[in-house]
Amino acid sequence: MGFQVSQDDGVTLVEVEGQLIVGNRQELKQKVLEHLEDGDRKFVVDFAQTGYIDSSGLGVLVSLSKKIREQGGELRLSSLNEDLRTLFELTKLDTLFKITDSKEEALEGF
Amino acid sequence: MSHDLVLELPTDIRSIEHAVEYVIQRCHCCEEHARRLRLNFRVGLTEALSNAMVYGNGHDPAKRVIVEVTLAEGCIEAWVTDQGQGFDPETVPDPTRPENLLKAGGRGLFLMQELLDEVTFNATGNQVRLVLRLDAESPLEGGAQA
Repeated sequence: MGFQVSQDDGVTLVEVEGQLIVGNRQELKQKVLEHLEDGDRKFVVDFAQTGYIDSSGLGVLVSLSKKIREQGGELRLSSLNEDLRTLFELTKLDTLFKITDSKEEALEGF
Repeated sequence: MSHDLVLELPTDIRSIEHAVEYVIQRCHCCEEHARRLRLNFRVGLTEALSNAMVYGNGHDPAKRVIVEVTLAEGCIEAWVTDQGQGFDPETVPDPTRPENLLKAGGRGLFLMQELLDEVTFNATGNQVRLVLRLDAESPLEGGAQA
């Protein structure tokens, strides 16, 4: 379980392996904020290898999106499975984020 | 009441994932309802444990959280009890309202109520009872009333 961070043509890609929950959300927040402070403005968080996100995980994505927008950037989400998409739809967070089926689609035209 | 499973957990958010997995693996009676177990019950129990440790026990490692589970035909019932002061669930705002959408917190109770068939609290507010009925046709039917 962890977060793999890479760069792809000016976009910071964070791949979430395992779960994004109350126990590890601060680690994701710290990694993304470090890149934001370093000047990165385009972020994709990919959930292709993610089993579960809890409400704390949803909350940290909202918080990061807000901070990135304040700096003139954007946070996109990709590869949500059916269960994860259900959580975003129930909480109406699907209206806050650009959500794509794959990381390639998220990176395209960013 | 006699329960099929009783766990006493330390107030340590790192224990939540393993505790939830342990409970789900013991729901042998309900394997044909995989998605309702994997999504609805997992989310409900995870959020209840998180609320108990973070808000109920205030991260105090000296306090414990008790999980009691009863497996009946067509139904899973779980009680999560913390050692905090309790709270009034009626005071928790709806996180899907436009003015709350950008707030980082406040979605745990909402998800429990959306995904489980019953979510009720004791009078003090330090114990929540979760009910998942396994005979519901749609995995997302049966939103609860707190």
